[in-house]
Amino acid sequence: MTVLVNKDTQVVVQGITGREGSFHTKAMLDYGTKIVAGVTPGKGGQSVYGVPVYDSVHDAVSKHPEINTSIIFVPSPYAPDAVYEAMEAGIDVIVLITEHIPVHDSMKFIRYAKLRGVRIIGPNCPGIISPGESKVGIMPGHVFSKGMIGIVSRSGTLTYEVAYAITKVGLGQSTAVGIGGDPITGMSMIDMLELFREDNETKAVVLIGEIGGDMEERAAEYIRRSNYEKPVIAFVAGRTAPPGKRMGHAGAIISMGAGDAESKIRAFEASGVKVASTPVEVAKLLKDVLKV
Amino acid sequence: MKLYEYEAKQLFSLYNIPVPKSGLAKTPEEAMEITQKLGGKSVLKAQVLVAGRGKAGGIKFAGSPQEAYELAKILLNMEIKGEKVRSLLVSETVDIERELYLSIVIDRSVGAASILASSEGGIDIEELAAKSPEKIVKVYIDPLVGLKPYHVRRITEFMSLSDEQKKVLHDITLNLYRLFVDFDCELAEINPLAVDKEGKLVPVDAKVIIDDNALFRRKEFAERASAELSEFEAEAKKYGFSYVELDGDIGIIGNGAGLTMATMDVVKLYGGKPANFLDIGGGARADIVEKAASLLLKHPKVKVLLVNVLGGITRCDEVAKGLVNALKAYGKGKKLVVRLMGTNEEEGKRILSSAGISAFDSMEDAAKNVVELVKVM
Repeated sequence: MTVLVNKDTQVVVQGITGREGSFHTKAMLDYGTKIVAGVTPGKGGQSVYGVPVYDSVHDAVSKHPEINTSIIFVPSPYAPDAVYEAMEAGIDVIVLITEHIPVHDSMKFIRYAKLRGVRIIGPNCPGIISPGESKVGIMPGHVFSKGMIGIVSRSGTLTYEVAYAITKVGLGQSTAVGIGGDPITGMSMIDMLELFREDNETKAVVLIGEIGGDMEERAAEYIRRSNYEKPVIAFVAGRTAPPGKRMGHAGAIISMGAGDAESKIRAFEASGVKVASTPVEVAKLLKDVLKV
Repeated sequence: MKLYEYEAKQLFSLYNIPVPKSGLAKTPEEAMEITQKLGGKSVLKAQVLVAGRGKAGGIKFAGSPQEAYELAKILLNMEIKGEKVRSLLVSETVDIERELYLSIVIDRSVGAASILASSEGGIDIEELAAKSPEKIVKVYIDPLVGLKPYHVRRITEFMSLSDEQKKVLHDITLNLYRLFVDFDCELAEINPLAVDKEGKLVPVDAKVIIDDNALFRRKEFAERASAELSEFEAEAKKYGFSYVELDGDIGIIGNGAGLTMATMDVVKLYGGKPANFLDIGGGARADIVEKAASLLLKHPKVKVLLVNVLGGITRCDEVAKGLVNALKAYGKGKKLVVRLMGTNEEEGKRILSSAGISAFDSMEDAAKNVVELVKVM
């Protein structure tokens, strides 16, 4: 079992004719992801790497009712429109890759998605991969391998770094999810911990956090209060980040005295979560805790 | 993007939030003239973006136009926490009876705007929230519903005010929320919101932060934001890099914000000091990598440059080509340490080694090497 995506996931790519959209459509197809349709307004009738393009998500879903997941590459000013369009077409897992969406827009569609029971991963995220089954995202597939570790991360390349370390020690991943580097994201660390809790294949969970906000602190609290059964290992990026500076991600900022790495590390440790000081150490701690 | 107080107050006026009469002075003469117009007395406030202006001596009271001239001369020559004072807000003085607090902020945990208000203004709100949370009222606004009258009533009823003052606070809250939404604010704060001797509510200070990602809808501020960058920041922005200046001597380039931050952290872990944070983003080609590496090699503080690339859509051969070119042009007296992994790794390493640069497989080893190199330089 995996979470969110598996070999039966049927994907529509919104923004498929753009540079990013077409590049990653090819990469996802090569990985074995079932991409059944693409959407770009005004480009209906074309095809991208053999994937038929439609003018709207509505058209795509009418022709391919098996679509259950969307991945969005639409540029930020138009991305909110694409998200609402996907939701109204009945899609219930939306992977929103787009970076730089204004937070006033994202907090609205994220709230709307919660009310409709739609799961949004992102914005500003690398997507989801269930190794060997499906990749709905932009991550390099070869650093991942099928296995027993669930990964939840606010970052992109750092996830690949940690995944690679886990792959190298032979543990592999059940599913790895990049929930996004924005201040407000759809799926949170807690949402993902809940999904991994129910997943038999996942034997341990890795949380990759970073400075900004209090998502890590809340995840730590959830782990403690709910007596989370599976071992959790954490890594927090930004121990050396200065306050008040945005470190690349819109959400990676220590502001108004809150969101520094120390507070997150303390919270994890207080909940019995071991915190690695380097990406490689994550794999080592996993091996220790799983006694493999 | 943080606005200057005078910009924030201009927005307040635009949204019918009454602010004290004032003018912006860039010279002592202008400060004198404005003070004259205000009736001979004024408060001169240095316009800077750093916090803690008052404690640093950036606010002065002038009892006459001549005194305003003299004080402006001092203030306009000041630097506050490294930021040069370029202009002064010359404002009428307010006889403050008591101070309130009102702000609207994006609450990341809840995913909604929240309004915070307190009868104890003029203070550090985080401190008050930690010490006496019962003195603050916090109201969340569902982004799909917006601000409703009952939200505002919860604010006004919480404050000990007269009925007339409550009406005014009601209007200020409504207008501040409109401004907050219209201008894509992360924060809109009035601290203090003064009650003067006549019982009038007067916003004495104003702080507005606009979401950088929304600046495409606010071109007027976008231009100002670019104009204020340092030479290195402006250059970095031109090529789409995320760039932050730090205190150390090891330049850091990575692809992806999280990986670049983790690289800084590992360098620090082994005893080194990062000079900066530069994220080249995803899919950078040779020319872009060259620009990034050149920028840091040119930086006077950088002794050794550490490049950490985990190639996915970024190709290692492109990275290697860019680095070799940058080193040729700007590498004199500087050292380069590279960690390459991922797409086209072999080709990338071949390009580097034929230029006499070796690459590490792990970021930990690369970081250790950088720290050792700096020690002997």
